[in-house]
Amino acid sequence: MISNREKILGKTAGAAITEKKTRKLCIICSKGSLDMAYPPLILANAARMSGIEVDLFFTFWGMDVISNNKVDHLHLATVGNPNMHPKFHIPTMLGGLPGMSSMASAMMRKEIDSLGFPPVREFIELLHDAGARLWACKMSADMMDLEEDDLLEHVDGVIGAMEFMDFSEDAQIIFI
Amino acid sequence: MTAQSPKVDILETVEFDAEGYLVDANAWTPELANEIADVLGIDLNERHWVVINFARAFYGENGDAPTMRQIATNTDITMKEIYQLFPGGPAKLAAKVAGLKKPTGCI
Repeated sequence: MISNREKILGKTAGAAITEKKTRKLCIICSKGSLDMAYPPLILANAARMSGIEVDLFFTFWGMDVISNNKVDHLHLATVGNPNMHPKFHIPTMLGGLPGMSSMASAMMRKEIDSLGFPPVREFIELLHDAGARLWACKMSADMMDLEEDDLLEHVDGVIGAMEFMDFSEDAQIIFI
Repeated sequence: MTAQSPKVDILETVEFDAEGYLVDANAWTPELANEIADVLGIDLNERHWVVINFARAFYGENGDAPTMRQIATNTDITMKEIYQLFPGGPAKLAAKVAGLKKPTGCI
């Protein structure tokens, strides 16, 4: 029988009473479409709210999510996207017409807002304030001619893959 | 309970679930909040009470504990401050101290 004090501290019956090590999570964010920008941010926020340490590593198309001139214009693909919810569904033949992606993206932005989720730029700021660390991939930055000034102010630094290996030691890694 | 402290431990007078959240939000009292916070190593000040009072009111209206963004957008407490007030998992800690269930919202 465990006491209420132990329950409040998160101890479970039978578990050894030892100091719990802080859980650590690294999320690799490799996608830059409007729909795929959110999952890593939502997971990172949930982790921080639960007291888990979080590092986000943005690479390849994920660089758009932390680029000043891209972050407010992320798009939803209307061509070759078989997973579109009926609400947003646009047949591929029509999806290629000018303005279709913008229209679908605007609709999705509205949906995201109605669920109480902030726009991506605000979400990044929120994560930074919540203590998550944000890193940009050096190779991707070089490839896309991005300087640190081109990235959001909340990005902690531009680092290489080896540095990522160093700080992700002992962390659980999620690739999105 | 030792012989030197015959005082009733109020934490043991109410029911908590297996994760340490108060089962009946109506059984909560400010004294209980102080005791729970003490167990969690938090010394409650007036800023904590802003969060707790908002969380209780939010729960009354919505039946769910608020998430951090809901606290930050509806009170004068910033996101940074929430994490300073409740270090090590503010969503869970604030809900525990406020006598509420674990929040179900994601943001």
